[in-house]
Amino acid sequence: MAETEVLMAGFGGQGMLLSGKLLAYAAMKKGMEVSWLPSYGPEMRGGTANVTVCIAEKAVASPYITFPRALLVMNQPSLEKFAPKVKPGGLIVVNRSLVPIDADRPDCTVIYIPANEVAKEAGTARAANLVMLGVYVGWSDVVDEETTIKMIEKQFASKAKFIPANVAAFKKGYEEGVKARGDAK
Amino acid sequence: MARVLMKGNEAIGEAAIRAGCLHFFGYPITPQSEVPEYLAKRLPELGGQYVQAESEVAASNMIYGSAGVGIRVLTTSSSPGISLMAEGISYIAACELPVVIVNIMRSGPGLGGILPAQSDYLQATKGMAHGDFHLIVLAPSSVQEAVDMVILAFELAEKYRNPTMVIGDGMIGQMMEPVEFPDQEIGPPLDPGDWALTGCKGREKRIVNSLYLDPEECNQQNIRLEKKWEKITKAEQRWEEYKCDKPYDLLICAFGMVSRICKTAIDSLSEEGYRIGLFRPMTVNPFPYDACAKLVKKSKRVLDVEMNMGQMIQDVRLAAEGSKPIEFFGKAGGVVPSPDEVIDEIRKVMKKAGIKKPKKKTSPKKKIGTAAKKKTSKKTAKKSAAKSSGSPKRSKIRRKR
Amino acid sequence: MYKTFAYTQGLTPKPTHYCPGCTHGTIHRMVGEVIEELGVRERTVGIAPVGCSVLAYEYFNCDMFEASHGRAPAIATGAKRSRPNLIVFTYQGDGDLASIGMGEIIHAANRGEKITVVFVNNAIYGMTGGQMAPTTMPNQRTTTCPAGRDVAEVGYPVRMAEQIADLRTPAFVARVSSHNPKEIIRAKAVLKKAFQYQIENTCFSFVEVLSTCPTNWGLSPLEASNWLEREMIPYYPLGIKKTPEAESGQQEHNSEGV
Ligand SMILES: Cc1ncc(C[n+]2csc(CCOP(=O)(O)OP(=O)(O)O)c2C)c(N)n1
Ligand code: SF4
Repeated sequence: MAETEVLMAGFGGQGMLLSGKLLAYAAMKKGMEVSWLPSYGPEMRGGTANVTVCIAEKAVASPYITFPRALLVMNQPSLEKFAPKVKPGGLIVVNRSLVPIDADRPDCTVIYIPANEVAKEAGTARAANLVMLGVYVGWSDVVDEETTIKMIEKQFASKAKFIPANVAAFKKGYEEGVKARGDAK
Repeated sequence: MARVLMKGNEAIGEAAIRAGCLHFFGYPITPQSEVPEYLAKRLPELGGQYVQAESEVAASNMIYGSAGVGIRVLTTSSSPGISLMAEGISYIAACELPVVIVNIMRSGPGLGGILPAQSDYLQATKGMAHGDFHLIVLAPSSVQEAVDMVILAFELAEKYRNPTMVIGDGMIGQMMEPVEFPDQEIGPPLDPGDWALTGCKGREKRIVNSLYLDPEECNQQNIRLEKKWEKITKAEQRWEEYKCDKPYDLLICAFGMVSRICKTAIDSLSEEGYRIGLFRPMTVNPFPYDACAKLVKKSKRVLDVEMNMGQMIQDVRLAAEGSKPIEFFGKAGGVVPSPDEVIDEIRKVMKKAGIKKPKKKTSPKKKIGTAAKKKTSKKTAKKSAAKSSGSPKRSKIRRKR
Repeated sequence: MYKTFAYTQGLTPKPTHYCPGCTHGTIHRMVGEVIEELGVRERTVGIAPVGCSVLAYEYFNCDMFEASHGRAPAIATGAKRSRPNLIVFTYQGDGDLASIGMGEIIHAANRGEKITVVFVNNAIYGMTGGQMAPTTMPNQRTTTCPAGRDVAEVGYPVRMAEQIADLRTPAFVARVSSHNPKEIIRAKAVLKKAFQYQIENTCFSFVEVLSTCPTNWGLSPLEASNWLEREMIPYYPLGIKKTPEAESGQQEHNSEGV
């Protein structure tokens, strides 16, 4: 892998900024260069909260990306807005619990996952963002499962009782990602 | 020290602490508020002072007072706030006090917007406030470089006793990248020298003042400041050259974050076989005119790219002295030009200039890599600045000798 | 059948951008109704501040300026002195009015500008993400006083209504609240009075309205309303602080509620 870009989009409070952070941390742990660029501005108030994570072996040139290689979406407006921009051959992960429509991209791998329900099964409805991250990590070869889990544990270190459910949510997503990858091959 | 993933604004706050700056005066404004928020937490723990001023006018005068008594001091703000600081900055420059000011630029004019822009290039480098004076102005293009340049800014401010500004756009403040800080936890305090007002016990009294009613005296003061600026201009120019070691047809000029967007565009077009170089001033004041002129000379055409309506282009034109047409591409108002838009623009400019790709495809990357290695053995362009993660090993970081 | 709740002419139908439970919207509504009821909408010029209410120019259905941070009373001075027939009001937050704009407000009041100032005190900087304001309560935590406001370090919250009432220049000065229906009814009556003084060309008028910021206080709207009542009102007593009829503000300080 030379470099990749992931756009994670949702509403404020859905935790996509955090998912992006965990991915960036994990990639950095692996010795890669990363950038984490959030959308910011008045739109943050109840509005969209997007983040672009760029990962590269050498330096990240532009952290500002219009055509990402992967897109993880938690709401319909973001899917409508960003799905057409994903690079051909890229990945789109759609949270089916919140997005009823399909991505019209036959040239991409599209994974639909009811992330909210999956997270609830894992023990916390609030970890849908980690399910989504799990799918991405399982599908791609950018970072590995173990490193990412370590980052999750670190993130929740001060709230240790939340760790098991969050890790479980991530793992469920991860399995889906691995499966989708196997299917594709 | 290990690398940590940090938001630009917080990294700037931490960099100031590492430089030994434990005093901060400022006023909240987006997109830089994480600097004061970070320091509000850290400085009291370290025995420093964090003061939220009632306005930027007051903040600029608070740093005047702090530096005047020989304390290393920082303020940060964003465009409209910097306008209000003009008063204090002019006095500080006149009194030759070392302060560091960070401007995380947003779009203007007026209230404008809070999204990233490079709207204050001319304000910072040319007309900050009334009177004849110059700020030293550094323009980082990554979070690491922001850290290095804040530390460098304190060094330069103190070496020349001149206010020094670091300008970054909103992206630099808001984005997270891995950074490495110097090992020292907190730098040593500022030496109050023979100018700071520390109380006149056992010595002649001192005055920090910018009033010269006698015109000849005021003239002399202006001459002194100008001489100092000549010295700074000679010794402190820094810039980066990217893919300029090989022949190139088009030269792109860009500063700050935009230069990275341009690098992505250049990389993509060089894969197609086009020959394009990049010139990036790291000190935008003093602007590296000679370096820019040399690179312009070797090109067929120049394209200046900025997140404004064309500000640095004035300096590029000065450097080119009419020798080449200088094209411009810019977006303002918080709209960030994407790599693809820059690519389109480059194609347009090359078509207009009749630039075609040379027949045989070269592999420029490797060669430039070796050239870059050579340069590191040269006098280091301040090691700190050369480390910048935004400028890959392939590029050249230079400093005027 | 009759209409119980209709749009006021004083506001545009545009939905506001305020957070759920924020009382900025309520205060807009009161001011809008007052402008409509007094029949001055078509000769009113409002001045929006820099703060969460920066977009007030979209919401008030009259001619509107947008000011730079803190300078609304100076712009109001320019407008009113140039066209005295206009009804000129500013709408300002506590950072805007009591911090960066302290100079402008005090001097506009002291000159006795015939303008009306609606001062929204929510004890915090809302728009920029919850930094300390001059009106932040002792020990209240904000992003720039994470350990709570330390009055030994940064002084006590500024009581603007009292400060302005203390000026020798005749004025109408009051403090009201927006946290429950009872107070809202009172607040509207006071706002109306403030505009009336301007319409009659009597004096400068200033109404401080206590307001909530659930988002940056980190409370639910209901908790925020309770917090305002419990923490703010004892420190910021409600009531009319000064009327132009009284010779000086001095004796009016602890006057009765409305
Ligand atoms: C000169 C200048 N400095 C700082 C800012 C940033 N700023 C925007 S709103 C604001 C504070 C708003 O707080 P307040 O007046 O209390 O209103 P609220 O948002 O709470 O309604 C600040 C500091 C600015 N726009 N201009
Ligand atoms: S941040 Fe506070 S003041 Fe601003 S709209 Fe939200 S609740 Fe209201």
